[in-house]
Amino acid sequence: MLVPISWLKEYVKMDDNIELKDFCDKMIMSGSNIEGVHEYGEGIKKVVVGKVLKVEKHPDADALFVITVDIGSEELVIVTGADNVHKDDYVPVVQSGGWLPGGVKIKKGKLRGIVSNGMLCSAQELGFGDNVVPSAIKEGILILDKAYPLGMDIIEALKLKEETIEFEITPNRPDCLSMMGMAREAAAVFYDTLKYPSTIIEHETDDIKNYISIEINKPELCKRYTARVVKDIKIKESPWWLQKRLMTSGVRPINNIVDVTNYVMLEYGQPMHAFDLRYVSGSKIIVDTAADKQKFITLDGTERQLDSDMLLINDAEKGVGLAGVMGGLNSEIKDDTNCILIESANFDADNTRMTSKKLGLRTEASARYEKGIDPNLCLDAVNRACKLIEELEAGTVVSGIVDAYPNIEEPRKIKVRAERINALLNLKMSTDEMADLYRRLEMVVEEKGNDLYIQPPTVRLDLKEEIDFLEEAARIYGYDNLDVTVPKGNVQGGRSRKQDLQNIVKETLMAVGVNEIQTYSFVSPKGVDMIKMPEVSIKRNFVKLMNPLGEENSVMRTTLIPNMMETLVRNYNRNIGKAAAFELGRVFLPSHEELPHQPISLVLGAYGHGNDFYKLKGMVETVLNKIGIRDAEFEPELNHSTFHPGRCANILYKDTCLGIIGEIHPDVAENYDISVRTCICELDFENIFKNANIEKIYFPLPKYPAIDRDIAIVIEEQVYVKEIESIIKEQGGKILDKVELFDIYRGKQVKEGYKSVAYALTYRDADKTLTDEEVGKVHLRIVEALKNQLGAVLRD
Amino acid sequence: MEKELYEIKDNAMKLIEESENKEALEQIRVEFLGKKGHLTSVLRGMGSLSAEERPVVGKVANEVRGVLEEAIRKAFDELNEVEKQENLKNETLDVTISGTKMPLGSKHPLTVTLDEISKIFISMGFQVTEGPEVETVYNNFDALNAPKNHPSRDMTDTFYISENILLRTQTSPVQVRTLKSQAPPIKVIAPGRCFRCDSPDATHSPMFHQVEGLLVDKGITMADLKGTLDIFAKQLFGSQVKTKFRPHYFPFTEPSAEVDVTCFKCGGSGCRVCKGSGWIEILGAGMVHPNVLKEGGIDTEVYSGFAFGMGVERIAMLKYEVDDIRLFYENDMRFIEQFR
Repeated sequence: MLVPISWLKEYVKMDDNIELKDFCDKMIMSGSNIEGVHEYGEGIKKVVVGKVLKVEKHPDADALFVITVDIGSEELVIVTGADNVHKDDYVPVVQSGGWLPGGVKIKKGKLRGIVSNGMLCSAQELGFGDNVVPSAIKEGILILDKAYPLGMDIIEALKLKEETIEFEITPNRPDCLSMMGMAREAAAVFYDTLKYPSTIIEHETDDIKNYISIEINKPELCKRYTARVVKDIKIKESPWWLQKRLMTSGVRPINNIVDVTNYVMLEYGQPMHAFDLRYVSGSKIIVDTAADKQKFITLDGTERQLDSDMLLINDAEKGVGLAGVMGGLNSEIKDDTNCILIESANFDADNTRMTSKKLGLRTEASARYEKGIDPNLCLDAVNRACKLIEELEAGTVVSGIVDAYPNIEEPRKIKVRAERINALLNLKMSTDEMADLYRRLEMVVEEKGNDLYIQPPTVRLDLKEEIDFLEEAARIYGYDNLDVTVPKGNVQGGRSRKQDLQNIVKETLMAVGVNEIQTYSFVSPKGVDMIKMPEVSIKRNFVKLMNPLGEENSVMRTTLIPNMMETLVRNYNRNIGKAAAFELGRVFLPSHEELPHQPISLVLGAYGHGNDFYKLKGMVETVLNKIGIRDAEFEPELNHSTFHPGRCANILYKDTCLGIIGEIHPDVAENYDISVRTCICELDFENIFKNANIEKIYFPLPKYPAIDRDIAIVIEEQVYVKEIESIIKEQGGKILDKVELFDIYRGKQVKEGYKSVAYALTYRDADKTLTDEEVGKVHLRIVEALKNQLGAVLRD
Repeated sequence: MEKELYEIKDNAMKLIEESENKEALEQIRVEFLGKKGHLTSVLRGMGSLSAEERPVVGKVANEVRGVLEEAIRKAFDELNEVEKQENLKNETLDVTISGTKMPLGSKHPLTVTLDEISKIFISMGFQVTEGPEVETVYNNFDALNAPKNHPSRDMTDTFYISENILLRTQTSPVQVRTLKSQAPPIKVIAPGRCFRCDSPDATHSPMFHQVEGLLVDKGITMADLKGTLDIFAKQLFGSQVKTKFRPHYFPFTEPSAEVDVTCFKCGGSGCRVCKGSGWIEILGAGMVHPNVLKEGGIDTEVYSGFAFGMGVERIAMLKYEVDDIRLFYENDMRFIEQFR
């Protein structure tokens, strides 16, 4: 909401000496947040009023004119490209050496051989935005509205000095989308009483009954319809003061009548519309819903198809305006309009919102209606508009008002307990003090014992119950002035076990050199195709978004692998030689319950030198061990299409599958166009959580010495070391303390299709020192079993 | 004989002094003190001495032996020391060569920020809780007192799964869940992901993180809210920062406030980070609206509470001077590793 300070000052007295910053700070701290300040007239120097004496075509340039202007002290020859300048026009002239807003300096210069001693200015060059300058002068020079003294400083002549403040209006305060609303706030802040604009019309003739009658057929959608008639209309340009006010408030001037309706809308927050009464047939306005599929052409010339929920303003025969949104083209004000009907009505917020949304047509009026407007504004607003038209000598007001207001809304009175307000704000205000705070906001307050009975201005639609008055007291008292305390009571803070465990997982992965990543929860459904997720996988059932930003974010992820792949590939493409990353986040699986199942998943991924299958497996084992999941089994998985069939394993623990690990299948790598081997592991964190055990129990240190024995066997290639190890462990029994694989060798000394596998075994007895004999017996048993069960040959 | 002994001593001492290495020294030792050495042979001749002379010469001989042994030991020590020094010198490393690279990963900067925020609130007695990212419209809007026609409910603002299910637009639905499942005193924070229909650019992301806070107990006042958040801001940004509470509007709190801190980069004098104002907005807060408490089955005449919420990306961007929110989701390792 753009508020020129000079306008505000018409309704509220403020110290003229108050600094702009001070004003802004006080408004902000009372709840009117400020988004920006625009200072009109800043940076303008040596720009004066001039009168055009002569307009000639430039001899050497078709598009240029040579203008002679009188600026009082001298006559200047100026070359311009604008074609709207005529003899005897008064125009703003920048003398050479003068300045325009934005640090633009004007210097004497030659244009196609003719010296230009300055420049004529457009409205934009004087600081008005392109969006508010009247269309007629958008492309040309600003022609002044009257004969100002020649040489007069343009700032003084046009009263250009103005500070406009842009207030941020929160959705609960639609009343502040008006000068009066902001003035009410300012009055509260600066301890002043609000002065209302004049609505007294000097001269009225005739009788409105001769012109119009109103019927509301849908009182639930139109609370009130007020209208007046003005005749002998003379459509022309508005005077400069009015144009300037509108422009500095962000509205483009059109003509005097439209400008007045806009002015009053800005002033009161009440949208208004003027119909050309010539085209309203049957002297009747009927407010009713449209027929289904009814066609209607709005002011902007667009034909729109309505439906039976939309409210339409009709005359006796046809629709003439789309209620609360936009007038009809058929009854638009034209240059020859003679008699107008000014509508000041109250339309239902939700209905206006719905109509505006369905038609994709949002206007200043609809934006205001959909936030809610006080129906009690209608009358003042329409009278104020008539008053202004009279003041502008733009027409004669017809006496009488038609005012259909079936269910009058009386001011509310709300009981507020002073004690309650004090308790919540930690204050000890007396009821008198508190009542004064509310009175500053134009509320009528009655004190009864410890209670206040408050009647807020009817425009304050947001004040409905006691709690709504809490903030009013707090902000006028000043948030800054409230105490600063620490809550009483002692509650223990902390994280849940599950959150702790997530943290441990993260810390452990960091310790082994893995970086954490965060990726979007919504993904492309193509991701599962990219990773060749098996067709039967439940991870192909998605929770889908109804309104995604695009296909690439249209479903909720069911696996973290595609995002991990994308991240790794992005890094690879940025010439980052190696990377290891993990993500711990939710996946989303459709469910029969109200909400989808949203378990946490953990994904690890790595590529580059050293980041092979075993490295990743080592990371996973480290994490699992850290949280007490020891001896998880890695069972070869030959058929998961995401992974290399010979380099993939399911991770099993106590009969549950914790996840899968493997090198990405070359086909998947090709899909992502990554030409280094990439390994991925995805774990079900919920399952890990269930099996985790971070309790530590001390295990006594060995008392007796150990005996180390190595064993090296040659065995067929396809035998998994797991098979060897389980035999060793089985045969080793109680005295086998540790089994460590230390070498796998394939080469010259080993037959093709075979490998040599070497282990270091540690024997130890908890209760005594072992003898070589005892160890020798067990060791031999192991060798025999390997030979018999796996066909292993002892290597020497 | 005495004279002979002294000569041996002088000779030996001279040789010891002149010896340059351990081999030479050993030779000297053998030559003088060895079984066939000079001193030994002199002593062997002691048999020919008289009973009176014998103890005298014996004493001298022992004395000479002692002196020589001591001198040789010392000389050995010196040579050993030289040798040791020589060895140390040869083992000199170029200590300016960088150390062996140890693998060390980094948490994501958003996690780092989130952990820091959580730590502060945990120390003030808040429990960390969580809620689902896919939520009900009821928990995300209705139960939070959001007007039926509030624009944030539009499909242009909120991602929907169905008419009643959406991607939560804020972490505030965790307030509803907590109020319904716990009895006061309630003191929780709820970090998590949120979603809004914003196309990604330098300052917008369709997914972002928030931390929600909720405290409900007997006698909680707005002054308590100010105190809690003031402590938080000082812990997070440094004890020199001041906080400012500006009135604002949120449907689920009344009164509501936006909270600014004095710019921790310039200290309030105005700079690029605070866009010249000296203040930076970091969170929204307020006293929990009675309608929200009632929806959670809490007696508003007995209990009151406050709630607050902050954007984690925003705080991370301010703290680390990250100028593009998209960096958080690009996951470039060179970016993440800066937060090790």
